[in-house]
Amino acid sequence: MNLYARRRFRNHVILTLSVGATVVGLGWLVLILGALLYQGLSGLSLAVFTEMTPPPGADGGLLNPIIGSLMMTILAVAIGTPIGILAGTYMAEYGKYAKLTMVVRFINDILLSAPSIVVGLFIYEILVAPMGHFSGWAGAVALAVIVVPVVVRTTEDMLSLVPRELREAATALGMPRAHVIGYVSYRAARAGMITGVLLAIARISGETAPLLFTSLNNQFFSADLNAPISSLPVVIFQFALSPYADWQKLAWIGALIITFAVLALSITARALSATRTSK
Amino acid sequence: MNSMASVSSSPAQPPVPTVMGRSVEGAAKLTEKVSVRNLNFYYADNKALKAVNVPLYDRKVTAFIGPSGCGKSTLLRILNRIYDLYPNQRAEGEVLLDGHNILSPGQDLNLLRARIGMVFQKPTPFPMSIFENIAFGVRLFENLPRAEIETRVESALRRAAIWDEVKDKLQANGLSLSGGQQQRLCIARTVAVKPEVILLDEPCSALDPISTAKIEELIDELKDDYTIAIVTHNMQQAARVSDYTAFMYLGELVEYDNTSKMFTTPTDRRTQDYITGRFG
Repeated sequence: MNLYARRRFRNHVILTLSVGATVVGLGWLVLILGALLYQGLSGLSLAVFTEMTPPPGADGGLLNPIIGSLMMTILAVAIGTPIGILAGTYMAEYGKYAKLTMVVRFINDILLSAPSIVVGLFIYEILVAPMGHFSGWAGAVALAVIVVPVVVRTTEDMLSLVPRELREAATALGMPRAHVIGYVSYRAARAGMITGVLLAIARISGETAPLLFTSLNNQFFSADLNAPISSLPVVIFQFALSPYADWQKLAWIGALIITFAVLALSITARALSATRTSK
Repeated sequence: MNSMASVSSSPAQPPVPTVMGRSVEGAAKLTEKVSVRNLNFYYADNKALKAVNVPLYDRKVTAFIGPSGCGKSTLLRILNRIYDLYPNQRAEGEVLLDGHNILSPGQDLNLLRARIGMVFQKPTPFPMSIFENIAFGVRLFENLPRAEIETRVESALRRAAIWDEVKDKLQANGLSLSGGQQQRLCIARTVAVKPEVILLDEPCSALDPISTAKIEELIDELKDDYTIAIVTHNMQQAARVSDYTAFMYLGELVEYDNTSKMFTTPTDRRTQDYITGRFG
């Protein structure tokens, strides 16, 4: 076999392997989505959004975990986003050359990949144990701890992509630094920063481990953040492991709701970053 | 404005203007708007400018030419202290603006930059509408009613010879313009703040010949009101637009003179070699 034929042969082998790997990877995703749709869609009804989680054997819905998840997610984003954006802004704009920035970036990367169950245990120690009871606040704080590193990272990355020339041009007009950041850098990096927040929301909406130690669960309707509160991931965890068929059904429906909510967020994030690059 | 009158109004004016020990032809009647005195500049430990002395005469165009890395852009970036954005960059010596040293620690940088505007090599419209690109700078220093802002925006755009092209789409994003239009927008933005000195750092190097010609015409008009310094790689451009030319090489100011004299009878061998294209 001559050199060229061998090269062609190798090309075919590698290409086949690559396509195979892609198919395997995507296959699982399709299977997961398919199973979710098959198992979840049949049970999806208005009652899911209007009724409480039932005792075994009764009819019910997922209203309390949906409300609980929404409240904790919104609160976590409200706590975590400002901290993340401020820290990312410091790192990209003020402390670009500072040692502190390198240290913060390193620690932030560790936090970014820290197992979320560790975050749950940590919040259990500093909030749940002193308060003496599980609470929605603790759950929201645990989720916020997960939001912060994601937002710090995307904010710093997106601000670093803003061309140096743009900052110089703004500064050369006599613009104070705060204006340069607020009106020029943020504007140029806006789509990317919003994407970061959306990705953080997507990340926390499926988190179960940190909530098990903090907000626990509540089988009744509760919007009281100072008490244990229900959430979709924990309910799915509990119901899916139960021996009751109707609970298992509700777990499938809950999984379907979370998955498609996250999918919608990701698509929005994609669309936003696409409008940024097309400019 | 009578140039004789402006001589007496400047306390910084030396009796006979001399640069590098020689008197410059025709300069006796001019006011030094900016005087660079014995200026050294360092990027960390790397000395980029070595004892540079050069004047920018009031309402004249001074061109800085020289091969890449000779320090001409660095010099420009000292004049509005934009280098202050970066640590490890430092200047020694004096830069006098109307006789006042702008390198002194007490200098308010934002006010300085409002007086000394700068246009960069790459067009840098802000990510906002054409109108806002210009109104933004104006609002930084003046609290004007909406109608007056609109007048200022229009006059700045007319001044930069771009009004006719954008008057129907002032709300469009500044980034939607072509490269040449963007650069004229940036010049309009600089002019709108009403600076006294305008620094142009290779303003045409990213533009096509037609846009370049428009900007050169513009420079010619702007010098009635502003003191202009332009860094350029293009020697024909320096010869076309400037009144005085400085040739820099390896961080030193090799020669400074009347543009016509520089391009016809330069005294330094290196200048001659550079302008005849023997190197650089």
